[in-house]
Amino acid sequence: MTDVLVCVKRVPDNSGEILLTDDAQSVDARHVGFTVSAHEVCAVALAVEVAAATDGEATVLTLGPGDAVEQARDAVAVGCASAVLIEADSGAYGPADVSRAIAEVVLAHAERGRTYDLVLLGNDAADTGDFQVGARLGYELDRPVLTGISTLDVTGRTVTARGDGPGGAEVFEVPLPAVVTVMEGGVTPRYPSVPGRMKAKRATVETVIPRTAPTGGGRVRLKLPPAQPSSVQILGEGPDAAPAVVDLLERLGVLPT
Amino acid sequence: MILVFVETDAGGVVEVSRETLTFSRGLAERAGGLPVHVVVIGDVPAGTTSQLAAQGVQRVHHAQDERLQAYSGAAWSAAVVDAARDGDARAVLAAGTPRGSEILAHTSVRLGVAMAANVVAIEAVSPLVVSRQVLGGSALEEMRLDDDVAVLTVAGHAVESAEVSDVTTPDVVTVAPNLRDGDLLTRVVRTDQGEPDQSGALASAHVVVGAGRGAGGRDGFEDLLELTDLLGGALGVSRVVTNLGWRPHHEQVGQTGSRIAPDLYIPCGISGAIQHWAGCSGAKTILAVNNDPEAPMVTKAHYAVIGDLHEVVPAINAEILRRRP
Ligand SMILES: Cc1cc2nc3c(=O)[nH]c(=O)nc-3n(C[C@H](O)[C@H](O)[C@H](O)COP(=O)(O)OP(=O)(O)OC[C@H]3O[C@@H](n4cnc5c(N)ncnc54)[C@H](O)[C@@H]3O)c2cc1C
Ligand SMILES: Nc1ncnc2c1ncn2[C@@H]1O[C@H](COP(=O)(O)O)[C@@H](O)[C@H]1O
Repeated sequence: MTDVLVCVKRVPDNSGEILLTDDAQSVDARHVGFTVSAHEVCAVALAVEVAAATDGEATVLTLGPGDAVEQARDAVAVGCASAVLIEADSGAYGPADVSRAIAEVVLAHAERGRTYDLVLLGNDAADTGDFQVGARLGYELDRPVLTGISTLDVTGRTVTARGDGPGGAEVFEVPLPAVVTVMEGGVTPRYPSVPGRMKAKRATVETVIPRTAPTGGGRVRLKLPPAQPSSVQILGEGPDAAPAVVDLLERLGVLPT
Repeated sequence: MILVFVETDAGGVVEVSRETLTFSRGLAERAGGLPVHVVVIGDVPAGTTSQLAAQGVQRVHHAQDERLQAYSGAAWSAAVVDAARDGDARAVLAAGTPRGSEILAHTSVRLGVAMAANVVAIEAVSPLVVSRQVLGGSALEEMRLDDDVAVLTVAGHAVESAEVSDVTTPDVVTVAPNLRDGDLLTRVVRTDQGEPDQSGALASAHVVVGAGRGAGGRDGFEDLLELTDLLGGALGVSRVVTNLGWRPHHEQVGQTGSRIAPDLYIPCGISGAIQHWAGCSGAKTILAVNNDPEAPMVTKAHYAVIGDLHEVVPAINAEILRRRP
């Protein structure tokens, strides 16, 4: 039986135009929706799979404002059995603060008799992109950490994980308990069923207040790249444009000689 | 000194590591002319040292150790941490690749300092303020690094790699890292050659042909691959293409794929969503092929052809072949 903890972060959906707050400290999210990173969606799918295959349970955890329960519930809707909200201003939390707060919950739950042999995270958060909470959590919990994993399964006390490496698909075999960060690409995201949504609505979310004050992530300010007006030159329509295209390729000097 | 973790392949120092070395030299100069040291791990091809010399490297910490033969982020970072401590590093850098990011994350924890990911520029040196990519590349964050040692990964194409004019041979010291218990637990036990990750080739290709949902299906890539071949380039795809299983994930360009910066990018049947744009905005020239003249990729491109890619691309291929001497 492997109980799995999976960590997701509520972030503004940046598929539209991005605006900043006046103090340039954060994204102006008044007019956008919220989501989690694609890596975390895959981590949730893996957490639910491993739990189901080993008769364990998957728990979702998020550190953020009260509204972040929305993202926790989304994970319950696709198969997580329970949810934890570490209620805090995630903007004030740097990666070291986040990993410490997650570790506090893992240890507190262990004291209550629930051990998460596997903790899954995304490879990097969609907003701050710090690429390190997973590694830091490994040290907080004194567990081995694998990074950038696309698929995994648990047999007995070993997790076998695969990820893309420079020379091909790399395979790891690590004893539990372990921390693994997930990169999208290996699993299909799960979509909620109607009963799943109902269950998510009713689920109780354990709310935790972090014990340690955050030190922050060193942000001075955010800035946006300048918007550029379109200056596209249409070379033509349909196959008739081919000569104009090849003229361009010749001008750019990209045709191998 | 400034320490750089350098990745190598059969051709020696990989391009993104060369860029990182050039970037590091800039930081070293601004910090008052510090020497640049590097860590390389495992067997490296002959000629690696002269490539490092051409980047102005003064010392090479070469970890040649059986225990590091197979990759482990924890164990490899031990070699970086030793070199950093040994030479009293003021900063530790690596390219923001999967390995670079993993190794420096471990390194920053072991050194007890913060890490900045995907840095594109140094804004100030005392205190150190960097600009780095956030929100998948659609915004930058100025971040302050106050610790004694600054740990940072450098985003691909933050700078172009450039060689120094007066080359001196670096000293090479062979080192064996002090491993902690458990550092070898996360070793690669096997590499399945089946589908090599070509994302490195993609990131450094001079021409990239892009393919999106417009390809239409798993068997809709023939003409696109032929064009890629005719241009000696690499194929890059959108997330829709990898999600549908039409092409492998390592070919994905974008926020959760590779960042590319070719001389020419030819996105075909790609709408140009912000998350895709995050990975391709570094292209010098963009030529979009799309049947929708209003698609963001078309309006953001330098050049465009409006039409069905399954008609346009074969015509381009035929025209290239026709003009061949
Ligand atoms: C957190 C997050 C991360 C993401 N990361 C990435 C990422 O790394 N990379 C990425 O690419 N996406 C990413 N996405 C997804 C992104 O938002 C888009 O959904 C995706 O890029 C769209 O792919 P597409 O352009 O192929 O498809 P579509 O948006 O469906 O566009 C297809 C385009 O092809 C054109 N077309 C159709 N048929 C033809 C034809 N026969 N000939 C010519 N043109 C044709 C259409 O006009 C349209 O413009 C991410 C999304 C999220 C939320
Ligand atoms: N506020 C948060 N709440 C829950 N998980 C988080 C939070 N921040 C980061 N994480 C997890 O850590 C991963 C890596 O984040 P980062 O190191 O910040 O890029 C994310 O994909 C999440 O799984």
